[in-house]
Amino acid sequence: MLASLNARAALLSLVIFFGFLLAWHIGVQGTKAVADMDPEYARLMGVTATQGKSAMPGPLDVGAQIWKHLNEPFYDRGPNDKGIGIQLAYSLGRVLLGYFLAVMLALPLGFLIGMSPLMSRAFDPFIQVMKPISPLAWMPLALYTIKDSNISAIFVIFICSVWPMLINTAFGVSAVRKEWLNVARTLEVPPLRKAFTIILPAAAPTIVTGMRISIGIAWLVIVAAEMLVGGTGIGYFVWNEWNNLSITNVIVAILVIGLMGMILDQTLAAVGRKLTYPE
Amino acid sequence: MTNKFISVEGIARRYPKPGGGKTTIFEDLWFSMNKGEFSCIIGHSGCGKTTVLNNLAGLELPEDGVAVVDGQAIEGPSLDRAVIFQSHALLPWRSVLGNVAYAVSSRWRDWSREQVNAHAMKFIEKVGLKGSEHKKPAELSGGMKQRVGIARALSIEPKILLMDEPFSALDALTRGALQEEVRRILLETGQTAFMITHDVDEAIFLADRIVLMTNGPEAMIAEIVENPLPRDRRRIDIHKSADYYPVRNHLMDFLVSRSKTFKDEIPAGYDKRHPPVVRPCAEPPSTPGETRRKVA
Repeated sequence: MLASLNARAALLSLVIFFGFLLAWHIGVQGTKAVADMDPEYARLMGVTATQGKSAMPGPLDVGAQIWKHLNEPFYDRGPNDKGIGIQLAYSLGRVLLGYFLAVMLALPLGFLIGMSPLMSRAFDPFIQVMKPISPLAWMPLALYTIKDSNISAIFVIFICSVWPMLINTAFGVSAVRKEWLNVARTLEVPPLRKAFTIILPAAAPTIVTGMRISIGIAWLVIVAAEMLVGGTGIGYFVWNEWNNLSITNVIVAILVIGLMGMILDQTLAAVGRKLTYPE
Repeated sequence: MTNKFISVEGIARRYPKPGGGKTTIFEDLWFSMNKGEFSCIIGHSGCGKTTVLNNLAGLELPEDGVAVVDGQAIEGPSLDRAVIFQSHALLPWRSVLGNVAYAVSSRWRDWSREQVNAHAMKFIEKVGLKGSEHKKPAELSGGMKQRVGIARALSIEPKILLMDEPFSALDALTRGALQEEVRRILLETGQTAFMITHDVDEAIFLADRIVLMTNGPEAMIAEIVENPLPRDRRRIDIHKSADYYPVRNHLMDFLVSRSKTFKDEIPAGYDKRHPPVVRPCAEPPSTPGETRRKVA
């Protein structure tokens, strides 16, 4: 077989995918219909008991549901019935806003910490203590002080995405090769120009790696945060559909969360590839 | 106190010892260089050659003493003193032109982009890299990278060029070709240069004067060797010159044995402030007053 590695990998991926769908489909076939049951009792029990249908939706149900959502992603029929596109947009908005605020803080502060050994040591204990705190642990405090569930969710995103960016920026900046800094020194490059023309491009790959880790964590956290605060967002959607016992929608939402997370991650990966320099 | 172009006056470098106290790498070091001259410094690892160069560059300041360039004490790095780094130190995210232009625009901040690029291209051509100006350093061979480093250093038209073993990471053939070009360019421009090297042949080919440093710690300048070879020398027939082996043997002799023993048998009349100047050559030196070492 002479096909390229990529082509063979794609083929294998398809085989795995359809194999999984088939296994899923067979797995949710359920048992045969139960023959003799009192009709009144049968109505109470639902199709799972009467016709032996599996409680788990099959790939065809999920596919149909996805098709439905794709046809009408942005409908809005009141607070408990919004299209999955709207919910996704809410989540994305919160993540991007919290993430943007984190970037605004983490990059300059990381620069400062990376460039000054004094600042690095002074900030280190705080970073070490704050970093391992689950972002959701901040939620009650945020709700109590901010008194707004939406802003609290944004704050939680902010606080969870700030640490990897801060740490990576500080590390990237402090690890800039001494010889490049010496080049700047012998050329009498003023500090601000040095920061933008030497340190920033030199540290950029490390900084973007931190940003990539952060966006991943932020996307993980938003689902949980929205389950807590409720109202809107893909996390709320999942929880709401669980309360509706619509497992099909839960599965659809899981898929959507995965795809969106991948898009966010790949976007930053592409930025990282642009900024990485071969040596 | 001296009218030399570059004068190193009583500089010292000490490292803290692990158990307290300090190890003196060198102290009270004196020597000078003339304008338009190429000086090499030779010595074993650990004698503080790089520190001397860093002092001249202003990247490190001496603990005692002072280095003076053109009548001004060195207080920090300056565009007047360009450094060619051993590891070339190119910015990998910039192209060849970008690297040289970065230096040019640092020197002449009010120049337009066209002016900067035209000036940078002049020096890229000078080192023979025309046609590769848009390549990134990663796409260049070691010798080409070092050429960019040389172009970058020359492009800011410094008063002195400082080189820290610029050819040591190159293969022998590339090294030879590059040495030849550097010598040609420096002669053309009348550039004053100071270079660290381990390589005796490199020193003989390039330098007008060779500063010999004894082993550290407590390294000293044993003597300054004047190169007796003619100014227009070529690598291919340099060894046919009558003076080649006398000077080469003198340097080898120093590196192999005298760099170790010099401290213990300091010659009478040795003055730290004026290290003896010697001119090892085949015939007796024509200029009176110069010491001449006998060469076996």
